[in-house]
Amino acid sequence: MSTGKNILHVENVTMQIGGVVAVDNLTLDVNEGEIVALIGPNGAGKTTAFNAITGVYEPTNGAIDFLGKRMIENHPQGKMTKIYAGENNGVYKNTIVKTPDKITKLGIARTFQNIRLFKGMTVFENVLIAKHLHQTGNLLSATFRLNNKEEQQMRRETLELLEMQGLAHLKDELATSLPYGQQRRLEIARALATKPKLLLLDEPAAGMNPQETQELTAFIRQLRDEYDQTILVIEHHMDLIMDISDRIYVIDFGKLIATGDPAQIQADPKVIRAYLGGDDDAEN
Amino acid sequence: MVNQKKNIKGTLISILCILVFMAAVAVLENLNLWVPASSLPKWLKPTSMLFTVLKKGAVYSLIAVSLNLLNGFTGLFSLGHAGFMLLGAYTYAILCTPSSVKDTVYYKYNGSSVNFSMQEFYQSFLGNETLSMILGVVTTMILAGLVAALFAFLIGLPVLRLKSDYLAIATLGFAEIVRALFQWEAPFWGRITNGANMIKGFPKFSDFNIENADGKVVFYMSTLFPFIVAAVCIAVMVLIIKSTYGRAFRAIRDDEIAAEAMGINLAKHKMMSFCTSAFFAGIGGVLYAMYSTTVQAKPFTSALTYELLLIVVIGGIGSVSGSCISSFLFVACSEWWLRFLDKETVIGGFKVPLLRDGFRMVVFSVVIMIIVLFFRKGIMGDKELPEVAGKIKNRIFRNGKKSKGEAEK
Repeated sequence: MSTGKNILHVENVTMQIGGVVAVDNLTLDVNEGEIVALIGPNGAGKTTAFNAITGVYEPTNGAIDFLGKRMIENHPQGKMTKIYAGENNGVYKNTIVKTPDKITKLGIARTFQNIRLFKGMTVFENVLIAKHLHQTGNLLSATFRLNNKEEQQMRRETLELLEMQGLAHLKDELATSLPYGQQRRLEIARALATKPKLLLLDEPAAGMNPQETQELTAFIRQLRDEYDQTILVIEHHMDLIMDISDRIYVIDFGKLIATGDPAQIQADPKVIRAYLGGDDDAEN
Repeated sequence: MVNQKKNIKGTLISILCILVFMAAVAVLENLNLWVPASSLPKWLKPTSMLFTVLKKGAVYSLIAVSLNLLNGFTGLFSLGHAGFMLLGAYTYAILCTPSSVKDTVYYKYNGSSVNFSMQEFYQSFLGNETLSMILGVVTTMILAGLVAALFAFLIGLPVLRLKSDYLAIATLGFAEIVRALFQWEAPFWGRITNGANMIKGFPKFSDFNIENADGKVVFYMSTLFPFIVAAVCIAVMVLIIKSTYGRAFRAIRDDEIAAEAMGINLAKHKMMSFCTSAFFAGIGGVLYAMYSTTVQAKPFTSALTYELLLIVVIGGIGSVSGSCISSFLFVACSEWWLRFLDKETVIGGFKVPLLRDGFRMVVFSVVIMIIVLFFRKGIMGDKELPEVAGKIKNRIFRNGKKSKGEAEK
């Protein structure tokens, strides 16, 4: 369970794409051993926030700390200096930008909203790929099999991971031939293979039937309880979210509207309004 | 770990097959030494087209596999291979033409600036002529590959940021620029590249025949030599493809975004693939120079790249064995089997219509169109020979194997 040590600290991140403010001044924290959920209506900016954390986008303004170290920091540049609409203009002076592969190397792994498995590869190879970033050999030593020990180690770990996921019997199947639920599991297995300190799940239950969702819920909880995996999850299935999350952040139109544990969120009128609509939102 | 045992068995069988094939080539080539020429069928005579096809096929298969490494396995659609081949071929020609020949070759520029050759360099301290020639050629081959890889690195810095068609256009442009540069007739530059004129006099395939003291050939190596070089290079490329880096390349091909999210540095790995491919294309260029016995910038046009691309597509994008098979098929068709289409033929007083000079190319284009329209996967798809052979075997012996195959599942 949560030890309170901060893993991820997102600080005043604003993502502005042209005139659209997709994420507005988002601040959120993830502590070690926690499952934190990020929810919100469609188009609220959840996936954009994910992309900012994983380095796919550079935030327009704000900073992200990972394991107590500054990982990403940016401030409005170029034409953004004129049209920037967020707050905190001028607070962040440095520009620290990392590509997604560097961030994965630091220890943040993710899955995708629309499954992105390697289509031409088997289940086994799909997971084995994720071990590539930790191997120490170079092109020559890998070509002439000088790092065979490492390669065997990689294969062993991959097999263990597949067994844990209950996919070991399918390891020689083509990844795309699996049923949808198992493709999701495979994607999570692949992300876990990078040995992440923080796992980001982007709508892991999307398109799953109730039974598959239940299995997934149990699996995510198992990840936290048995493997101490810290998880940040975006999801639409409220059952799943309320079931597993330690803390929930709700965003709407890019803005954080509520935080708290599941019970607090369920009772929050602002959240209910964001989801069901209300007087204040009538014109939207 | 049953899978691994199977892998080792498969690898051993493949290696054995290749060795048997190469032995067969050696035997075919040397048949005229052991059997009187009159008893040989026409197609086995030393002057037969068969040996030209085998030599050129071996050269093309090396280059086609290197192109496949880039196009098929990394998903970078590059059309710059003629440029890398040219760099390799010229490096070889400049460094391996004996200095005694250079004066006559470079007569337009009053001799060459590069007044030594690799063989002479080795001979100066080794003495042995044959050994120093082999060492010189091998060293230059590696150097030629490195030169091509260096240029690939330099051109790759800006160009690899592009994707799909744009990358193809940029690399095509690079190849054309290199070709134009090597045809440049400037005095200082011409002393190195001999302008648009040809360079000749460097060791070629027939120089590797083993001769006795009287200068009589004891063992022909001229067809075997390109096979050995191509086999070694292709083996290295297969090792790369099967290594963890090869898997990373394939991941980039399948899904760049996911590959990057899995911690694969796109720029670095694309560059690696590009340089490796160029390295082997450079070595292929050396073999091409040896095959054609002269080097000139003229044949390294984009048409050559398209030929190679065609071979890769016919063989199957993402299949090494497919590229090899299709390069032999392609060369055999274009140089040998379809030649009759170019000749006016009269059968029983009736002149066969359409057969005349150039008709071969018409047939060829139709074949290409049929392949692109209906057999887009090529001969092998993205499978390798052992896999396909296993499937065919299963189909033939279906009755006996069926129960066993199902039990394994």
